[in-house]
Formats: sequence, structure tokens, C-alpha cells
Amino acid sequence: MRLSLSGVSVRIGAVPIVADCDLTVEDGERVGLVGPNGSGKTSLLRTVYRALDPFAGGVALSGADVRTLSQREVARRAALVAQDAAPDFDFTVEEVVAMGRGPWLRSFESATGRGAAPITAALERVRLTDHRARRLSTLSGGERQRALVARALAQESPLLLLDEPTNHLDVHAALELLELVRDLGRATLCVLHDLNLAAAYCDRLYVLHRGRIVADGPPAEVLTPELVQTVFGVTCTHLTHPVTGGLLLAFSPRRAAPVAAFGEEANR
Amino acid sequence: MRKQATATIVEELPQGGRRPVLGRGGRHIPLSVVAPPLLVLLAVTICVAVSVGSVGVRPETVLKVIADHLIGAGTPASVMDDQIVWNLRLPRVLLAAVVGAGLAVVGVTLQATARNPLADPYVLGVSAGAGLTASVAITFGSAAVAGLSTSAAAFAGALVATVVVLGLSRRAGRVVPSRLVLAGVTLSYLFSGATNFVIFRSGDADAAHSVLFWLLGSLSESSWSNLPLPAAAVLVIGVSLMSRARTLNALAAGDDAALSLGVPAHRARVRLLVVASLLTGVLVAVSGGIGFVGLIVPHLVRLAVGPDHRRLLPIAMLVGAIYLVVVDVLCRVLVRPEELPVGIVTAVLGAPVFLWLLRRSEAS
Repeated sequence: MRLSLSGVSVRIGAVPIVADCDLTVEDGERVGLVGPNGSGKTSLLRTVYRALDPFAGGVALSGADVRTLSQREVARRAALVAQDAAPDFDFTVEEVVAMGRGPWLRSFESATGRGAAPITAALERVRLTDHRARRLSTLSGGERQRALVARALAQESPLLLLDEPTNHLDVHAALELLELVRDLGRATLCVLHDLNLAAAYCDRLYVLHRGRIVADGPPAEVLTPELVQTVFGVTCTHLTHPVTGGLLLAFSPRRAAPVAAFGEEANR
Repeated sequence: MRKQATATIVEELPQGGRRPVLGRGGRHIPLSVVAPPLLVLLAVTICVAVSVGSVGVRPETVLKVIADHLIGAGTPASVMDDQIVWNLRLPRVLLAAVVGAGLAVVGVTLQATARNPLADPYVLGVSAGAGLTASVAITFGSAAVAGLSTSAAAFAGALVATVVVLGLSRRAGRVVPSRLVLAGVTLSYLFSGATNFVIFRSGDADAAHSVLFWLLGSLSESSWSNLPLPAAAVLVIGVSLMSRARTLNALAAGDDAALSLGVPAHRARVRLLVVASLLTGVLVAVSGGIGFVGLIVPHLVRLAVGPDHRRLLPIAMLVGAIYLVVVDVLCRVLVRPEELPVGIVTAVLGAPVFLWLLRRSEAS
């Protein structure tokens, strides 16, 4: 088992954010965490790399409670890809990826020369080798996110944490990123907003609602129209994807007025 | 009629940053390529700076005197040349280099730990704290500050300001970068107000002039005896910060990124702030409040080599040293036989250079 959260509750100040959450990610498994805004997804994820300490319950990485591990040891076991944000400091792609070696190096030890192999391999894997000297601000959102994935790869941790990695990305970049992550084959815990992306790219989903996990299991079993109605307050219909045969959620407008027959109008 | 939908393939536009980011532009230049020429330039600048002054000394005489003292080689120079070069100018020029290097390294560290491009010892209130205690010592005598000398009083003031700023910027036991800057700026105003009150109430024009001169920074008190302490502090703290370059990079990438990269962000931030403040205290004690170097040199160097602290720290140290040596020469020669406070020249010289570079980097 790579990651297990048992009975985790998080409070920020005195405000309860999440309560009594159990969650596991097994080797090679891609697990999605979905839920409405403010349901506590990111807070739960942040307990894994100790940005938040649980008020109750515990988080274990590869069998060890994170509270017994040094921050460096945590980083050797779990890497983070956060959502795209404008960088304060304009590092180059290669500098960003080199940061991933941090948990493995001593103070003055250089990640160049022999130690650069994981960096080169990671750049290659996300197809940014040609962009290695480019600064982050000159990249597209999708390329920036791939640079962060490369940083996580260079970190060589068995577990990958993704926090809304496709935010701000266009559909092409979003699919590209999630396919890249899928093909890595690493244990992954991914916070996602888009339920169709979650259904397409995750083996298993957890649904957070008002700080509690209300469902978990394979996407098709979890994302029932009833659950989507209860948790997200939206009506949806289950369809089958005409190409992949996978689950496709079709959302109805909140006031389900009959849609104007746009196509017929235009053909007349 | 049916409207024809048209799709035009637009050439992909470069995706610029959405807001100004630090260290834009600049290619990847290895440290091993940049550092040696800068070291040579620093050495040359020091020699030239020693040779320039109210009495000109030929650069080769400067070298001869230095060689004579260091290795006892060569024919000794005249007593007067020896006196000017070795006892008067060299300690001063070396102190300028040490203080310049130190202020640059402090600026780099504070900007990364506060994740704010404006952070420097002034913005965090450390310099202003030192200024207040130093002006009390100058105006009312050392008895008013428990028998401390002006330097010691300045150092104590810097320490007190650091403790207060760190205390005020904590929330839930953690130093919050945005609060750090707000608390620092506010305290800076408070300390400056109190300093101005001290000057205003002193009723002694000479004392007021001395305080003003001290606040604007001066290297005129330099001697061989007050060089070792700041030099050792800059060297030790500079090297220890370079050993933590990766930590600074991680902090610059944001707290969550830092944590996930194995850096205990909150503890690391406090430690770095304390170390940077200690160094500021030492520098302010020997040179007064030299502003702008800590703000501008890190930015200049970031524009040139980017924000990676493994390169930024050593290069900023060298550039800071060169910059302050040049500034000090200007202070000595611009209004001869008077002397300008260093802080005036750092700002008047530095601001236009910086604005020009800023415009240039935005245009590219």
C-alpha cells in the first residue's frame, strides 16, 4: 500500500474542513478525488505532504506515519504537481526539474554531471527536452504543467499527488497531461474538478461532500445521477462514449427548459 | 443563407507571463564562466578605487604596497604612499566590498524567503530599528543606550527589530510572508518616525548632522580593526546561504512546492530570516544605513542570470561588492573635499540603471 489515510480530520483554526476520511491508494493505482468547491479536496491532499497536520486520524506513506518522517523523507515518497499558477520567480524548465532532486542531495551536492540522469530522463519523458533552457513565463500552461510533472518524475517518488493539474488548461493540454500521467503507471492521487476527466482517467474515485467522503469505487458506480444531484446539485444522464465505450456524463442545464433546436434552425 | 464557418490557423503567439515575474530573460550561463571574470573585475576595481582620491596614487604603486605588506616583496614604496594606500584607503575599499557583498546576499535571501521582489532590510524594518538605536546613541551619548557604542547600539536595534517583525508576522505559529512585509513596512515607518523625533528634539545641529550622515550610510569609519568581523560574517553567512541555495529555490517556488520537495518551509523561513537579519545587523553597525544595494543588486543579477540561487547568490555577492566599491569612490570624489553619504549615491546611481534594465527586459 502506497498511501493510506485513516480517520483523517482537518481543522484550520477552529473550523472543521474535513472529518473522518478514510482513503487508500495502492501501487500503480490512479485514484481521483472529486467534490464541489470547498468540499475539502485540497486540504485532504495537503495532509499527505504535511502542509496540514490532521487534527485527528493519521496519514501513512508506504507504511510509515508521515509524522514520524522528516520532510525530506516525505518528499522521497510523494511528489506534488499543483495547479498552474503564475510563477513569482522565473526559473528555467531545467532548473524547475532539478528542484525534484532536492530530497536526494546533500547541501552542496550538484545535480549536474552524473546526477543529472533523472533530470534528463524526466525532460525526455514529458517531451520538454528542447525547452529545457526556456523560462517558465515563456511556456504555455500545458508546457508549464508538464515541467511540474517532470519535476515530480525527477523526484523519483513512488506516489504522485496532483492538485487540479488541468485547471486553466485547454482541452488538448488537459487530455495530454492526464494521458501522460496515466502512462507513467505510478500510484497517483489526483484532485479533479471535471467529472468526465475523472471518470476517464481514474481507476477509482472518492467523492468529498461537505468535508466527508460520501462514496468511493469505480467511476461508473460512484458517479450515479443521484449522487451527482445530491453532491453537485446538477442533473446528469449516463451516456456511453461513442468512441471509447466509457462513461460519459451529460449535464442538463439547471433549469431544464427545452433546448432550442439550433441545428434544425440552421438547416432550414 | 447558411453562414460559412471559417477557421483560420493563427500562428502560435508566444505565451507571455501574466504578470511581471522575477528574473525574466537571461540565458543559462554557468557559474564557472561568470564568476572568474567578476572576481578579476572586483580585484581591478579595488586597485583602481584605492588609487583614486584627494591624492592620486598610481595603480602599480598600489599593487607594490599591497605586495610589500602581504609577502614582503619588492622595493618599498614611499612612506606617504604606504600610509595612504595601506592605512587609509585599502581598509575602506575592502569594507565597501564586504558590505556590498553582504547587503546583496541579504537582499537575495529576504526576497526569496518573503517571496516578495521588494523585500530588503529596509522593508523588513531591520535597518530602521538599527537607525533608531544608533541615532539615540549619537544624539544622547552611549549612556542612553546602556553604554553601547553606536555600532553596538545599531546591532542591538537590528536584533530587536527582527524579533518584533517575526513576532508580528506569525499566524498560528507560522511566519506568513505577506504579513512579514506588511509588519516590516509598518515598523519601518514607526522606527523612522521615532528616529526623526530624536533628531528633531536633539537641538544640536552637529548631532543631527551626524545622525543624518549615519542614516544615509558611510564607510568613513573604516579601519583594519573593524574589518575582520563583518568580513568573517559575510563569508560565513554567505557560504552557509549558498549551501542552502536549494532551500531558497524551493521557498521561491512557494510553500506547498517547498514542502513537497522536502523543505520544512516554515522552519527554514524563520532560520533564513534570522541569519539574514544578523548579517544586516553586523553590516549596519559598521556602515550605517546603506539603502538600495540589497534591493537593486539582486534584481540586476536576476535579470542577467535568472533566479536559480545556486548562481544568483555568488554572483550577487560579487556584483554587490563591485557596485559598492564604485559607489564609494564616487562618494569620495564627487564633492571633494567633502564626502557624500553612500546611500545617496547608491540610490541616485542605481535607480536609473535599474529602470533602464527593467524597460529593456520587458521589451525583449
